[in-house]
Amino acid sequence: MTLWLMAGLLFTPLAWAVLTLMVDFRKGRLVTWLGMAVQVLVSLGLWAAVASDGGFLYLLGGWQAPLGIELRVDGLAVTFVLLTALVAAACGWHASIYLDPGKPWHRYFWPLFWFLWAGLNAVWLGGDLFNLYVGLELISLAAVGLVALGGQADALRAAIRYLMAALLGSLAYLLGVALIYGQFGTLSLAGVTELMNSGDAQSGQTFPLVLMLLGLALKTALFPMHGWLPPAHGIAKSPVSALLSALVVKASFYIAARLWLDLGGELGGFALAQLIGVLGSLAIIWGSWLAFRQTKLKQVVAYSSVAQIGYLFLLFPLTWGVTEAISLQAQQGITLQVISHALAKAAMFLAAGNLIMSVGSNRVDALAGVSRFLPFSLFSFGLAGVSLMGLPPTGGFAAKWLLLQASLASGQWWWLAVLLAGGLLSAAYVFRVYRASFIESTDTDQFYHPSRSLEVIPMILALMSLGLGLVAEPVLSVMSLPFEGGGQ
Amino acid sequence: MTPSLLYAFAGVALCGIGLFGFLRLQHLLRKLMAFNLIGSGVFLVMVGLAQRNGQPDPVPQALVLTGIVVAIAATALAVVLIRRYYHLSGQTTLAEPAAKSARPKARSVNREGAPE
Repeated sequence: MTLWLMAGLLFTPLAWAVLTLMVDFRKGRLVTWLGMAVQVLVSLGLWAAVASDGGFLYLLGGWQAPLGIELRVDGLAVTFVLLTALVAAACGWHASIYLDPGKPWHRYFWPLFWFLWAGLNAVWLGGDLFNLYVGLELISLAAVGLVALGGQADALRAAIRYLMAALLGSLAYLLGVALIYGQFGTLSLAGVTELMNSGDAQSGQTFPLVLMLLGLALKTALFPMHGWLPPAHGIAKSPVSALLSALVVKASFYIAARLWLDLGGELGGFALAQLIGVLGSLAIIWGSWLAFRQTKLKQVVAYSSVAQIGYLFLLFPLTWGVTEAISLQAQQGITLQVISHALAKAAMFLAAGNLIMSVGSNRVDALAGVSRFLPFSLFSFGLAGVSLMGLPPTGGFAAKWLLLQASLASGQWWWLAVLLAGGLLSAAYVFRVYRASFIESTDTDQFYHPSRSLEVIPMILALMSLGLGLVAEPVLSVMSLPFEGGGQ
Repeated sequence: MTPSLLYAFAGVALCGIGLFGFLRLQHLLRKLMAFNLIGSGVFLVMVGLAQRNGQPDPVPQALVLTGIVVAIAATALAVVLIRRYYHLSGQTTLAEPAAKSARPKARSVNREGAPE
């Protein structure tokens, strides 16, 4: 049973990618609808299987590491696989209506979309450092292609800048992998951890870990290396921006987090953990402030991503040198933050796309009067904003509450100020968009009405992010399921 | 100091040169060449550093093959993007154009507005 599920999960996205490469936009759309249904069902099946039987290690084709590909299917991985399936299916559905079939280059959306999905699944499940690199590169190249789909010079400039940053980040990561392999002679993350704990390797140097974290932080757009993100996410088509913000930046963060949790205890240090935390805090403050200052709607949402990514990096100080219980609390808070931000930000970008489509301009002040014409999309935007602010009962609230408790329990009270300031600042930029849209005196009467399904999709995502706070307990319990040893 | 360790040091030197070029050069094709230089340096480190009792280790060589494929794919994508960008804007660097040309206002429904 799990064999079929794994095959369905990993093989079919590549198959859909190749299939859609050969057909035009409309046929590609049909293939993708079928594929998305299969992926969502398979992901749900795998999640249910892991929730009932626990995680397992899966050797692709029965080959042992290091030549074979080793997949670790644990609770955290399947949670992210399921999240990817839900968010990507929503974005794909939105794109199938939103993108103009008349433009010949739009047909390349589908193969890129599927390659991206395949890369994401590979990263969530990857158990060895080199395959994580391959997965990361697959994601980056597909994501750059999707940004370039806009077609104009500005879109290409953003895409090239993104590509350069992503390539540099990957190489830094790969150099770290080379050094780790040179030292330990194994690529498996579990193997490296084991060697390090058994103590027969010479005392670990921090440099490879710092190098890998640096590369991954560049790819995750941690302050001050965030310069490539807002242009790329702002200029891409809305479904693409939603995919990039919700899922793509999370992939490199996920690898950084796994590295830190496995190796950070030995190789990291107090100063390194605090430094990363401080950079994350600066990202929260500076990103929110810039989001408040932007004149274009999608730039507001893109800078808000920079800020929300900052929260994720609080994982590093909150899990170093603390007790097991506090570390677990911080990990749960960060995971909830990843999930709720993915749902909320996807909803926000899709809703922003609808609003822009309706008023025909991407400026915030052009939204005047739209509240009467497009209340549904505006409401989704606001619901997603509520989750970003961290008001109860949203997923964002549950995440920040856990982080707050972890920082108090570990005596690192200074993160508290950051958490509070971040919430207030995000309220400021969300309300600014609202204020613009409720201005009644406007000379425009021409509003384009997007189709109903375009408006429903962001609403579903926003409601899911809202409801996450209520179902946080079962989600968290599946997430922390450990392995149960080779259950192929 | 074994010969293979020499390869690793050469790789580190290549990485350094490449990184310098990547950060300092403005021309996109030169940047791309610098990226390839860093890549070659990383591959040399990978092959040179991994030794099993003086014998070369086959695993990193297999990995480097995969790495080369990835680097070629990335380079090809970058070249296509740079070429298209040059055709559209006439520029070979990422600098923002000083004077923005007036864009035609008409846009179809699906176009999300040019950035300004």
